[in-house]
Amino acid sequence: MKHLLMKTTAGAALCLLGGTAVAQEVTLTVESWRSEDQAIWDNTLIPAFEESHPDIKIDFTPTAPTEYNAALNARLEGGTAGDIITCRSFDGSLPLYNKGQLADITDLEGLENFPDFAKAAWSTDDGANTFCVPMASVIHGFIYNREAFDELGLEEPETVDEFFAVLDAIKEDGTYIPLAMGSADQWEAATMAYTNIGPNYWKGEEGRQALIDGEAKFTDEEFVAPYEQMVRWTDYMGSAYQAQSYSDSQNLFTLGRAAIYPAGSWEISGFTEQAFFEMGAFPPPVQAEGDTCYISDHTDIGIGMNGNTEHPEAAREFLNWVASPEFAELYTNALPGFFSLSNAEFEIENPLAQEFMSFRDNCESTVRVASQILSRGEPNLWNEMWVLSANVLNESTSPEEAGQQLQDGLASWYEPQQN
Amino acid sequence: MTDATTQMADRRPTRRRRRRAGTAHIVVFLAPALLIYTIFSIYPLVESLRLSLFDGLDDGSAVWTGLGNYARLLFDSNWSVRFWNALWNNLILFFIHMVVQNPLGLLLAALLSLAPRFGGAYRTLIFVPTLLSVVIVGFVWELILSPLWGVAEGMLSAVGLGFLYAPWLGLEDSALTAVSLISVWQYVGIPMMLIYAALLSIPDELLDAARVDGLSGWWIFWKVKLPLILPTLGIVAILTYIGNFTSAFDLIYSIQGVLGPPDYSTDIMGTLMFRTFFGQQTQIGDIYMGATVASMMFFVILVGVTIYLVGVQRRLTRYEM
Amino acid sequence: MTDTPDTSRSRRGRSKSWGTAATVHAVLLGYTIIALFPVIVVILNSFKNRRGIFTEPLALPGPETFSLEGYSTVLSEGSFLLYYGNSLIVTVVSLFLILLLGAMAAHALSEYRFRLNGILSVYMILGIMVPIRLGTVAILQLMVQLDLVNTLVSLIFVYTAQGLPIAVFILTEFMRTLSRDIKDCARVDGLSEYRIFFEVVLPLVRPVLATVAVFSMIPIWNDLWFPLILASSDATKTVTLGVQQFIGQYTVNWSAVLASLSIAILPVLVLYAIFSRQLISGITSGAVKG
Repeated sequence: MKHLLMKTTAGAALCLLGGTAVAQEVTLTVESWRSEDQAIWDNTLIPAFEESHPDIKIDFTPTAPTEYNAALNARLEGGTAGDIITCRSFDGSLPLYNKGQLADITDLEGLENFPDFAKAAWSTDDGANTFCVPMASVIHGFIYNREAFDELGLEEPETVDEFFAVLDAIKEDGTYIPLAMGSADQWEAATMAYTNIGPNYWKGEEGRQALIDGEAKFTDEEFVAPYEQMVRWTDYMGSAYQAQSYSDSQNLFTLGRAAIYPAGSWEISGFTEQAFFEMGAFPPPVQAEGDTCYISDHTDIGIGMNGNTEHPEAAREFLNWVASPEFAELYTNALPGFFSLSNAEFEIENPLAQEFMSFRDNCESTVRVASQILSRGEPNLWNEMWVLSANVLNESTSPEEAGQQLQDGLASWYEPQQN
Repeated sequence: MTDATTQMADRRPTRRRRRRAGTAHIVVFLAPALLIYTIFSIYPLVESLRLSLFDGLDDGSAVWTGLGNYARLLFDSNWSVRFWNALWNNLILFFIHMVVQNPLGLLLAALLSLAPRFGGAYRTLIFVPTLLSVVIVGFVWELILSPLWGVAEGMLSAVGLGFLYAPWLGLEDSALTAVSLISVWQYVGIPMMLIYAALLSIPDELLDAARVDGLSGWWIFWKVKLPLILPTLGIVAILTYIGNFTSAFDLIYSIQGVLGPPDYSTDIMGTLMFRTFFGQQTQIGDIYMGATVASMMFFVILVGVTIYLVGVQRRLTRYEM
Repeated sequence: MTDTPDTSRSRRGRSKSWGTAATVHAVLLGYTIIALFPVIVVILNSFKNRRGIFTEPLALPGPETFSLEGYSTVLSEGSFLLYYGNSLIVTVVSLFLILLLGAMAAHALSEYRFRLNGILSVYMILGIMVPIRLGTVAILQLMVQLDLVNTLVSLIFVYTAQGLPIAVFILTEFMRTLSRDIKDCARVDGLSEYRIFFEVVLPLVRPVLATVAVFSMIPIWNDLWFPLILASSDATKTVTLGVQQFIGQYTVNWSAVLASLSIAILPVLVLYAIFSRQLISGITSGAVKG
C-alpha cells in the first residue's frame, strides 16, 4: 500500500509541474454548507469576481449542512477537497488548521480590513496565526408579524415581563400561535432559545470569559435562568411542538399562523421572499427596564484555503477579493442577514436586516457561549447544549438539572473548571 | 424431496468425478467476485479496524494505543452511557421488526400464495415503499406525522380518535417505536417477497397429498408449509438483525438527524458511529474512536450471526433434508 | 421436484369459499392502501401551491390550489434527466456484476469441495456485517490513487463490492438445496463445468436471482453517501443526491420539494412496473420447475 501511495504522490507532483507550466486558466472549487446560496454565487458573486480576474474560474459546490462536516472531512483525508473551504468558526475549524488541512493566511493583505474580534474566530488561541477570512456574523433576536401586532395593538417588548404580556395577549386572542418554535431539531432550542436570550443574563462576553477562566459555572443563576424562561415559553408554543421541526417553524411563521419567531438573522432573505406580510424584529428582552442589552452576534462563517491546494496563488487572490469591501457589500446585500465583518462602510438595503443591524448600536455583542475552547473536549459541550436545551423545552430535564449536567460534562475534562 | 438415504448414496461417486475435473474452473468462478470484494470492501474495512488500535494527535499523526480505545468506549462514562444506550436501542429496533415486520410479511406472503384475484397487483403495490429512497420516506412520514400539516391528526379525528394523536417522533417514549414502524412500513416487502418465493417453491404434489389426507387449509399451512419455509424464515431473521445495525441508520439519520433525538432515545450504533467518525458541528470527527465504535458494531453482529449459523441454521437444514 | 400441471393452483383458488376470499382481499387491500397512501399524498400535493398544501393536505388540487409552480422550479433548476441517466447506468451495471459474479462465486462455494471452501464462505459473508461506509476514507484514498474520483466507475466498484456478500449468501443457501441429479446427469453427458453453470444452474436459480436483483437494487438506487463522497460533481450526480441537495436548497418552498420528490419517485415506479412482471414470472416459473 505504501508503495502505491508513494508512486501516486510522485505522479501528482509531475502533474502539478505540468499543470502550472501549461495551464493559463485555473478553476477553484469552493466547499460550502450553504446550499441555499447556490444562485447567489452563480449569478452575483462569481460573475463579479471573474470579471476582474478573467484567468480564474470559480466553481461553487455546496454540500447540505447536515453532511458538510462529514463529507468535507472525508474529502480532506482523501485529498479530493476543493481549493477553497468555507470555515465554521472557532473550534469548528481550528483542528483542520492544526492538521495542515487549512493553510496559514496570516500575511494575507486583505485581512487588514477586519477588526481583531472578527479574526479571533479563525485564529489560533494566541492570535498569532489566522487561517480563514471572516465572512459574516449572524445576529439573534425575534422576528414578528407586524400586521398581527398592529391588529392586536401590541408593541415590541423591551423587558421579559412585557414579552410575556405580549405572548399572553396573542394567546388570548387565539388567531395566532404566539411562538413559532419546536424542539424536534435540537439545535433550534440551543441556538434560537438558549444562546439567544442567555447573554442578557450572563452579561455577554463577561459571562463567557468567566466560564473559560473557570470563574463561573453553568450551575450559577445566570446560566440556569435562561432555561427557566424557556420553560415558560412552552405554554405559548404550538401544540405538539416536540415533533415540530425547524422547517415546520419556518412555515408556521411565514404562512402567517404564528406571530413571533425566535430567529437568527440568516432567515431574513428566505422570509422576505416567502412571507406576504410585513415583519419587524426586536432584540432579546432584558430583565428590567434600563438594563444593558446583550445580543448573540455570532461570527459564523469564514472562508479559507485548502492546505494542499494545487493553486495556492489563485486561491490567495480569491481570498483577497473575499476580504475586499466590494465583496462585503455584494455579499451582505445579496444575503441580507449575513452581516459582513469587514470594516468597510456601506448601505444595507433590506429593512429587516437594517433592524437587526441596529441592535448593534444599543446592545453589546457576544458569540455563542459554547463555541470557543469549551467545546474541545469530550463530552462535546455544544452537542450537550443541543440535547439539554431541547430536553428543557420538552420538560424532561429541569433547568437546574440541565445546568448541572452541562457543568459536570465540562468539568470532567476542562481544567480551569475542575477546582 | 428425495429420500435422504438415496441422496447420501448419490453423493459419493459425484465427489470423485468432481475432483478429476481439476480446480481451474473453481478459480475462474471465484476470482472476480473475490477480487472486487477484497479491494473495495475488505481492505477499506480492515484499514478502519486497524485504526481502532490507534489514537490521533492534534497534528494529525497517530500513536498506537492497543485496546485503549475499547476501554474508553466501555468504561469511560462519557462513552459507555452512549454506547450501551445505542446498543439497547438497536435491540429494541430488532425486536419490533421481529414481532411486527416479519409476521406481517409472513401473513401477506401466505395470503398472496393463495393466488387471489389481482394477487399480482397487490404484490407489486405493497412492494412500492421498499423501492423509495430514505430521503423520500423520511420526508413523507415527517410530514404526515407533523403536528403542523395535521394529516395524522386529521385522519384520527375523522374516525373520532383525535385524542390519540401525539407528536410521536418528538416524544422520548414513542420516538423509537415510531421510527421502527416507519422502517417496517418501508421494508416489509422484503420478507414478504422472500417468504412468498419460498412458499411458491413448495412442490404441489406435497400439498395435494396433504389435501388427500383431509387436512384443512389452516392445518396445511401450519403442519406442511411453515416447516418447509423455516430456512427462509431463518434467513429473514438474520437479515433483519444485520439490517438493524447497517441500513436502519439511513432512516434514523434522515428523520431524526445524527444525535438521535429526543435525548438520544433514537440513537443507535449507526448514528453513534457516524457522529464519532465524521464529527458534527463543533465536535470534530475522531476516526480512531469512530473506528472503535464500528469495530464493536462488527463484533455484536458477529455474535448474532454466529449464534444463527451454529445454532439455528444447522438445525434448520437438517430438518429440510 | 417434478413438473406438475399448472392447473392445481387455479383449481385450489376456485374451490375456496367466498368468505375466505373476502377476508384475504380485505387484508391485502387494506395493507396496499397503507403502503401507497404516503406516496399518493406526496404526488397529490406536488400539484398544489404552497397555501393549498398547508390548508388542505388531503384535498385534490382544486381550481384555487392547482399549480405547477413546483415542477417549473424543479425543471428550470435541476438537470434531473442527466441525474437519472447516471443513476440508471450505475444501478444496472452494478446489478449485472453483482448477479453474475455473485452467482459464479456461490456456485463454486456450494458445488465444489476444496480446501478453502469453508474459510472463503465465511470470508464472503463478513461484508454483510459491516457497513462498507466505515471504510469510506480508505475507499476514497483508493479511488484517488486509481484516478476514479468523480466517475461513475468508482460507484460501480463500491456498489458491486457492497452487494456481493449478500448475493453470495442468499444464492449459496438456495444452490445448496438444488438437486444434484441434474448437474451430475449433465456431467455424464460431458458438459464442461462452465456450461453446467450457465445452462443448468443459472436457469434453476432464476427466481432467486430476480429476488436478489430487486434487493440489491434498492440500496444502490437510494444511496446518498457514496455519490456525495466519490462522485458529487454535476456530471456524475445521481438522482437521490440531486433531490437531497434540491431539498436543502428550497427548504421552505414545499411545492418545489414535493415536485422534486415526485419526479424522483415516478421513474422508479415505472421501471418497477415493467420489471416486476419479469420478476414474478421468474419466481413462478422457477417454482414450478424447482
